[in-house]
Amino acid sequence: MTEQLTVPPADFASYYGRPILKVTRWREPHLPAYLFLGELSGAAAVLGVAAAARRRPALVRAGRLVAAAAAQAGAAFLTAELGRPERFHNMLRVAKPTSPMSMGSWILVSHSGLTAAAAASSVTGRLDGIGSAAAAASAVTGPLLAAYPGVLLANTAVPAWHTAHRELPVLFAGGALTAAAAAGLVAGALSGDPADLGPARRLALIGAAVEGAAEFALERRTDIATEPYREGQSAMMLRGARLTTALGAAVALGARRSRLAALTSASLLAGGGLLAKYAVLRAGVASAKDPKYVVQTQRDAKT
Amino acid sequence: MTSNRLSGPLDDVSADAGYPNDHPTRVGFFTDTSVCIGCKACEVACKEWNGLPDPEADLLTLTGMSYDNTGALGSQSWRHVAFIEQAAPPASALSRESALSRDEDGDLIISALVDGSADGDSGATRWLMASDVCKHCTHAGCLDVCPTGALVRTEFGTVIVQPDVCNGCAYCVSACPFGVIDRREGDGRAWKCTMCYDRLRGGLEPACAKACPTDSIQFGPLDELRVTAQARLDELHAAGVSEARLYGADPDDGIGGAGAFFLLLDEPEVYGLPPDPVVTTKDLPSMWRWAGIAAGVVAAGVIAAFSEGWAERVKGGAS
Repeated sequence: MTEQLTVPPADFASYYGRPILKVTRWREPHLPAYLFLGELSGAAAVLGVAAAARRRPALVRAGRLVAAAAAQAGAAFLTAELGRPERFHNMLRVAKPTSPMSMGSWILVSHSGLTAAAAASSVTGRLDGIGSAAAAASAVTGPLLAAYPGVLLANTAVPAWHTAHRELPVLFAGGALTAAAAAGLVAGALSGDPADLGPARRLALIGAAVEGAAEFALERRTDIATEPYREGQSAMMLRGARLTTALGAAVALGARRSRLAALTSASLLAGGGLLAKYAVLRAGVASAKDPKYVVQTQRDAKT
Repeated sequence: MTSNRLSGPLDDVSADAGYPNDHPTRVGFFTDTSVCIGCKACEVACKEWNGLPDPEADLLTLTGMSYDNTGALGSQSWRHVAFIEQAAPPASALSRESALSRDEDGDLIISALVDGSADGDSGATRWLMASDVCKHCTHAGCLDVCPTGALVRTEFGTVIVQPDVCNGCAYCVSACPFGVIDRREGDGRAWKCTMCYDRLRGGLEPACAKACPTDSIQFGPLDELRVTAQARLDELHAAGVSEARLYGADPDDGIGGAGAFFLLLDEPEVYGLPPDPVVTTKDLPSMWRWAGIAAGVVAAGVIAAFSEGWAERVKGGAS
């Protein structure tokens, strides 16, 4: 790994090796689960609308139902993460552009309402016009819900997150696409219509390309703050996520008619995406725990 | 002024937060660690005045970190005295003068204890003590990211948490570049130094400054403290304590200057402080741009997947 030679050897003092930063209170499985479910819901909503334009009713229904269910489940994980869950509604006291969590809360609340309306219309077969309008609006909130967590994590003092503020939103966008592809593959396998599998398989390839590119970009960085993406447990998880996603895309290629292949691919794509979220959380924790990341990053920025 | 909303110098933080022009002048702490004697009266006074709980009161926890058994600032320790035992820099006057010494004019007092040779050879050791506290930043990351509005700028220019609003999301915990604010276990909300907001409202100085027996913790209008601090720095430099430096006093630094700043006798990281912190929201416009691109990728990716012509061109169709 020649690029690591550009990182100067650590020679700095610390206060008894103690962390300078507080290690995040965000924990497993809540944060990774919320990130995964949010991006799944976001892209699934777009998938439902695109499927409606292409007249693929099975995918429309799957997109709407998955988008609604994932948004509700994600909101549950987010709320459970709070120190005072009963005060979740205080998120809606203000709207602050400087707080990605404030923006994200408004996006999440809008998106979960819209997807719930669209799903309810789809299930009951009533109020089709309102359901379609809600679904169309959720195709706007969906991509925002999928991408904003990149800013949520980057807008912190955590070196591995702040420094990766370009890669993280793209990583989550790719994760959104592979997660929605997984939902589409399951729906296609259930519907038994190979024509439903086509868009999902293509989505798997596109998503895996985006997600893999972002993961590769993180692993290829050479600055000290992003070292946890290259070394240690979080790096192993990130590499594992990249390989799992790539494998899922490869299986999707061959899942033209095989129900088993479609379900296998869906599992791999979802697993790879979720694993990537765990890797990002652990990389952040690692970079906050060791004061060398804070000190060296700030010294490098100064020179 | 609007150009400095996210970073850079800001003359009037309270006016920026919307207070009318007759708001009180911005106040702060100047903690001169060169006269700290490590008595921890500040820690005790803070806990007493603010009624800070200590769930581990029954446990005697010894950290092995010199006389520091507090460890770090946190949800129930809003002042933290650090103790560092180290070799005195050979070039420093501290290697030649004895503890708590006075110069010929009788007005140079330094608390760092010196032990060992008196001729400046290696072997002299010193004991640094420093009382750390929330920096009440001009550009406060915790305040910027708080999604509920629980964290607010006060009329005194300080930053406080409103406990009746905080829902414990812990975003502030990860946004503070100094690792100050934390969520309290069992309580679920975030807590930190308020600079004794209740005492300020009553015209009193904060409890820690009141209790400090050596005036290591000085409280007052921030402008005046900066002048005082510069004078003290000049005095120490003139006396040969070349390693003395101010920390957090510069409005041009990454946080727009701290409301609580310090005079240190070594690099900041020796005291557990970040050497050159920058408020995270300084890069926020760029972050939102990348999120916008990513959102576009999500929409475009799904649309592309449903574009059959694309599929046929790439791999000859799916069915």
